[in-house]
Amino acid sequence: MFGTLRKGFEFHLGTEIINIRIPSDGSRIDHELEASMIHVPFVSASVFCIHPRNDEMKHIVKIMALLVALSAIWISLLQISVIPDSYTWLLPLYFIITLGCYGLFMVGIGLMQFPTCPQEAILLQQDIIEAKDFLKTKGVDVGSD
Amino acid sequence: MENSQKEKSNAKYSIIVPTYNERLNIALIVYLIFKHLPDVDFEIIVVDDGSPDGTQDIVKQLQQVYGENRILLRPRPRKLGLGTAYMHGLKHASGSFVVIMDADLSHHPKYLPSFIKKQMETGASIVTGTRYVKGGGVHGWNLMRKLTSRGANVLAQTFLWPGVSDLTGSFRLYQKSVLEDVISSCVSKGYVFQMEMIVRASRKGYHIEEVPITFVDRVYGISKLGGSEIVEYLKGLFYLLVTT
Repeated sequence: MFGTLRKGFEFHLGTEIINIRIPSDGSRIDHELEASMIHVPFVSASVFCIHPRNDEMKHIVKIMALLVALSAIWISLLQISVIPDSYTWLLPLYFIITLGCYGLFMVGIGLMQFPTCPQEAILLQQDIIEAKDFLKTKGVDVGSD
Repeated sequence: MENSQKEKSNAKYSIIVPTYNERLNIALIVYLIFKHLPDVDFEIIVVDDGSPDGTQDIVKQLQQVYGENRILLRPRPRKLGLGTAYMHGLKHASGSFVVIMDADLSHHPKYLPSFIKKQMETGASIVTGTRYVKGGGVHGWNLMRKLTSRGANVLAQTFLWPGVSDLTGSFRLYQKSVLEDVISSCVSKGYVFQMEMIVRASRKGYHIEEVPITFVDRVYGISKLGGSEIVEYLKGLFYLLVTT
């Protein structure tokens, strides 16, 4: 199923319907592919609406496809009940929190490792003096502004 | 002394410098460019937006020193924006490569040889300067400035996957045809414009390379970064997310 989803958003987005096999009687299944099909029509409708006019896929389409794939996994997890439902319902929240923490972590790391160059300021001052001296001799007005 | 064979580029480079009230800085920049590119065929195109402080007079004096074929003054009547300044300069550019840089000495011309070298080595369509890698850096930024810069960068990396480490930098070398192609499809203003250019170029599949540069905050002049800038940035980010 995941292979189909992958292929779907690379080449066939807008033409292929994303199918999720979910047992209609609520029983557990051993293998996802053996269960009966339920379409997720709202998903495929939104996918149909976004088709690129040129060959290149817009970035937003890639992001949406990724979110759709994640939603599909989440919905199927809810139905399959491998993990207790109370946890599964909170998975999107955990995902967003993890994303936020990752972002803050990257900001912190970047802040600590922010490259600075105090010696460049000194070199720049030297360059300015050198430039001013040369230009004065050539008759360019380099008085302070 | 060992006589190493230095690869010399035979191409002509057009350096576009938009100016507004950079009377002193433009003279310093021109001197430094000539100092650091002794064996390169280049021209400097100064696009001045009607500076009241006499920037254009200084440029004319510089033309007497260096030659009117090396320094082109192509002014405009008033402040008309950075994107249009580049397009205006591009119309007068005769080189096969175009460099864009700021006139306020935050971009030091001593990195120009490394841009040219990188382009020659890799055949890249665009070489962009990055302040955020080892070998590069900033000076004169307080903690708040660094925080907003880093936060903005992480946001952009997470949502846009741009393929470059420094999105808002404006010290870049373009192949002329590439710049013409990318600039025609950009509509933003200010530094979001710089972001839009590099993101669109990345989406179009152009080969982009990076070189580390150092960025010393404005020596002469006033810096502009406030709360409204943050809002503008977020709006720009959303716009780029949806339209590129």
